Amino acid sequence: MGEVILKMKEISKAFPGVQALDKVDFEVKRGEVHALMGENGAGKSTLMKVLTGIYAKDSGTITFEGKEVEFHNTRDAQKAGIVIVHQELNMLGHLTVAQNIFIGREFKKGIRIDDRKMNEETKKLFDRLHIDIEPTETMSNLTVGKQQMCEIAKAISHDAKVIVFDEPSAALTETEIEELFKIIRDLRKQQIGIVYISHRMDEIKVITDRVTVMRDGCYVGTLITEECTKDDIINMMVGRVIYENPKEKSMVAEDAPVVLKVEHLNAGKMVRDVSFELRKGEILGFSGLMGAGRTETARAIFGADAKESGDIYVNGQKVEINSPEEAVKCGIGYLSEDRKRYGIVVHKTVAENSTMACLGDYVRGLFINKKAERNISQDYVNSLATKTPGVDELVVNLSGGNQQKVVIAKWLIRDCDILIFDEPTRGIDVGAKNEIYKLMNRLASEGKSIIMISSEMTEILRMSDRIVVMCEGKKTGEISIEEASQESIMNMATREIG
Amino acid sequence: MNKVTQIPVSNRKTTLSKLGGQKFIVLLVVILLFLFFSVVSPDFRKYTTVMSILDYSYYITLMAIGVTFPLITGGVDLSIGTGLICYSLAGGYLIVHCGWPVGAGMAVSVLFGVVIGALNGFLVAVMNLPPFLATLCTCMITRGVGSLCSGRFGISWPTTGAPGSWFRNIFKITVNGTKVPIGFLWVLLLVILMAFILNHTKIGRYTLAIGSNKEATILTGINVKFYHIMAYVISGLFAGLASIAYSAVFSTVQPGTGAGFELEAIGGAIIGGVSASGGVGSIEGSLLGVFVICLLKTGLPYIGLQANWQQIVTGLVLIGAVLVDIIKKKRKAV
Repeated sequence: MGEVILKMKEISKAFPGVQALDKVDFEVKRGEVHALMGENGAGKSTLMKVLTGIYAKDSGTITFEGKEVEFHNTRDAQKAGIVIVHQELNMLGHLTVAQNIFIGREFKKGIRIDDRKMNEETKKLFDRLHIDIEPTETMSNLTVGKQQMCEIAKAISHDAKVIVFDEPSAALTETEIEELFKIIRDLRKQQIGIVYISHRMDEIKVITDRVTVMRDGCYVGTLITEECTKDDIINMMVGRVIYENPKEKSMVAEDAPVVLKVEHLNAGKMVRDVSFELRKGEILGFSGLMGAGRTETARAIFGADAKESGDIYVNGQKVEINSPEEAVKCGIGYLSEDRKRYGIVVHKTVAENSTMACLGDYVRGLFINKKAERNISQDYVNSLATKTPGVDELVVNLSGGNQQKVVIAKWLIRDCDILIFDEPTRGIDVGAKNEIYKLMNRLASEGKSIIMISSEMTEILRMSDRIVVMCEGKKTGEISIEEASQESIMNMATREIG
Repeated sequence: MNKVTQIPVSNRKTTLSKLGGQKFIVLLVVILLFLFFSVVSPDFRKYTTVMSILDYSYYITLMAIGVTFPLITGGVDLSIGTGLICYSLAGGYLIVHCGWPVGAGMAVSVLFGVVIGALNGFLVAVMNLPPFLATLCTCMITRGVGSLCSGRFGISWPTTGAPGSWFRNIFKITVNGTKVPIGFLWVLLLVILMAFILNHTKIGRYTLAIGSNKEATILTGINVKFYHIMAYVISGLFAGLASIAYSAVFSTVQPGTGAGFELEAIGGAIIGGVSASGGVGSIEGSLLGVFVICLLKTGLPYIGLQANWQQIVTGLVLIGAVLVDIIKKKRKAV
C-alpha cells in the first residue's frame, strides 16, 4: 500500500428533505482495495456520485494526487483518472468489444474510423490484464461476467488511478467472481486505488484491505479488514438508535387463520425456493438488502412476472395466478415500490384512479356512473384522510404520501384482503410516513393481511408482527418480532462465508 | 378539510387547460382560417365550396375518430388509409360485379375494417409488435388485397340516379334543388357517441389508462390485452365507415390509392390535442383538428397556393401542434 491518492474530507450533500451525506470522510491509498459498506440508503452511492461529479457537493474537499479537485461531470473525473464501474453495465450490445471500449474517442484514419487499430489496442489492453476476449466479438454475445471485464478494461484504458466498483459481483457466477478478483489483485499490484462497494461479507474478507462503514449519511469508521470480524462490521452498520418504538410483540391472534401460503416458489434467479405463510390480520415484514429478491417474490406471487414452479394457497385453497388480473380476483392487491411507474396513472384524477381495479361495479348499463364513482372515492378520501382539493384533482398534483393513499384506496375499494406493500414509505416525508404506518396498523386490526417489503430497518422493526429475511433470492430466515433485532436481521441478510 | 380549499396557482392552470386548452385554441384556429379565406377570396365564400369542404371532410373525420383510440394508447394505426380503399373496393366489387344489394356491400366494407382492426390489435397487444410496424404491414396487405379485388380497374359504386344509389343520400340530400350536407349531422352524432364512449365507459377509461401508464394498468388487474385490441378494432371499424363515406362522395374508387389519407387523419387528431406519446386526447379535438387540415387543403388553392404548398403548410402546423404538446408536458414536469 502506498501513499494516499484520494482523500475526501467532510463531504456534505443535502437533497430536499434529507441530509444524504453529513461530513463524510473517506480515503483511498495507492494499491489498496478499500471496501465501502453500509445499509441501503446509507449514502455510499451518493458519496461516489459526488466523487465522480454526478452530484455537486454542498461542502467539503476532495484531494486527488495532492491537489484539490472538483469535477463537474464523469468526463472530467475520467480525464483526471477516476472511473466508476457501474452495477448496470453501460454497454452497446450491437457493437464489438473494441468499438465499445473506444466509444467516444475512436481512432481515425482520415475521416474513416480505424477499426483495425482499435482492435490492436484492445488486444494489447486485454493482454496486460490477462483477459481472454476477442476484440472483434459482438458485445451482446458475451456473458455478463465477460461484459464486466470489458467495462473494467475500458475503465483502465482511461489511464485510471482510482477505480470504483459498485457491487460488481451482484450479477456474476462464482467462477466469474474468481476472475474478477484476479483482475482486482492485478490492478492492486499496478498501484491503482480501488473502491469496492458490496454487501457480501465473504468477499470483503477475501479481497479488501480496509473497510469504511457508513450509516444514515454519516461516516462511522474505518477498520483494517484483517483485524475485524463480520460482527464488528455489522455492529457498525446497524448501531443506530431507533427513535420510533419498535413493536414489542405480535398483534396477531393466536388462532388467526392462514390466508396466504406460498410453497417452494421459484421465478428466475431472484426467487429460489421461497416458502412462507401469512395470517389474517398480520403484518409480515420482508427484510433484506437491495437485490435480495423481495420485490421479485412479490411480483411472482402477484402474477406480474412468470414463475417456474411453486404453489400458492389463498384461504386454504390452491390457486393458479398467472396474471395480475387473476391475483386481484383472489383478493390480492400490490402497491409497487415505484408508484409513478407501476402504481398510479398520474394524469388521471383521484376518482378515476380509485375505481380502476373494479370499474365494473360502477358501470350502470353501458356507462360509468360517475356520481357513484365520485362518492366512493370521496368516502375513501375522507376515511384515509387523503389531502386533495377534491376527487377530480389529477393525482400528479398530490404529494407522495397522498398518492400512496390513492393506491391504497384503489385496493380497498376492490375489497382486497391481502395487500402487498412494496417499500410503502419510499419518497414520502416523515409526517406522512407516520400516517401511512397508522393506516397500515388500522387495516391489519380490521382483518386485512399485509406483506410489507421494506429496506428500512426501523420500519421493519416498528411495523412487523413477524419478519422474513431474504438474501440473494433465498429466504434466509424467519423471526418473530419478539426475538428480532437489527443485528439478527442483518446477520441473516448478509451472505455467510463459504 | 379547511386546508384543502387552497389550490396552488399552478394547479389552477392545469384545471383550466383541462377544460378548454388546446381544443379552444384549435376551434379559434378553425374559425380564423375560415374567416381569413372568406375575406381573401370571394369564391371561397360560396355554398358549393363549403359543400366540397364538408364532402371532403367526412371520410377523414371518420378515420380520425377511429385512429384517436390507438393514438391515445400510445400507438398508431397506419393501415386506415389504404384500408379504406381496400374495404370500399371489396364492397363495391360485390355490388357491381356480383349483384349484391348495396346494403350488403356496405356491411362487408365495415366488417372488413373490423377484421383488419382486430388483426392489428392482435399483432400489437398479443404478439407485441410495435404498432408502427404492425400497422405498416397491414397497410401494405390491404393495399394488395384492394388491388386484387378490383383488378387494375377502378370501381364505381352506383352513381346518383342509378338503382341502389340511395346510399349517396346518406351524406347529401337534395331538398328543393339545394344540396343539404346531412353527412355532417351523422359525423357529429358519431363524434358525440364516441366522445361518450371515451369518457364514460370502461373501454374509453382503460384506453386512456393504457396510454398513460400501461404497466400500472396491468398491475391493477385489468385485462389490458383485450382493451388494447379494442382500440384497434374501433380504429378499423371507423376506417370501414369512412370507406362508405368515401364511396358515397367520390364517383370512382381507384386501387392503389389511399396511402397518405391516414396521415391527414392522424395529423388532425394530433392537432386536436391527442398527445403524441399517448394518454391524452379527445374525439371533439380530433374533429376540430381535421377541420384545420381540410380548411388548409381546400382553402390554400383559393389564395393561389397549390398542392405542394398545402402539404408544406400542413406539415408546419403539425410541428406546431406537437411542440405545444411537448411544452405542456415540460411545464407539468416542473
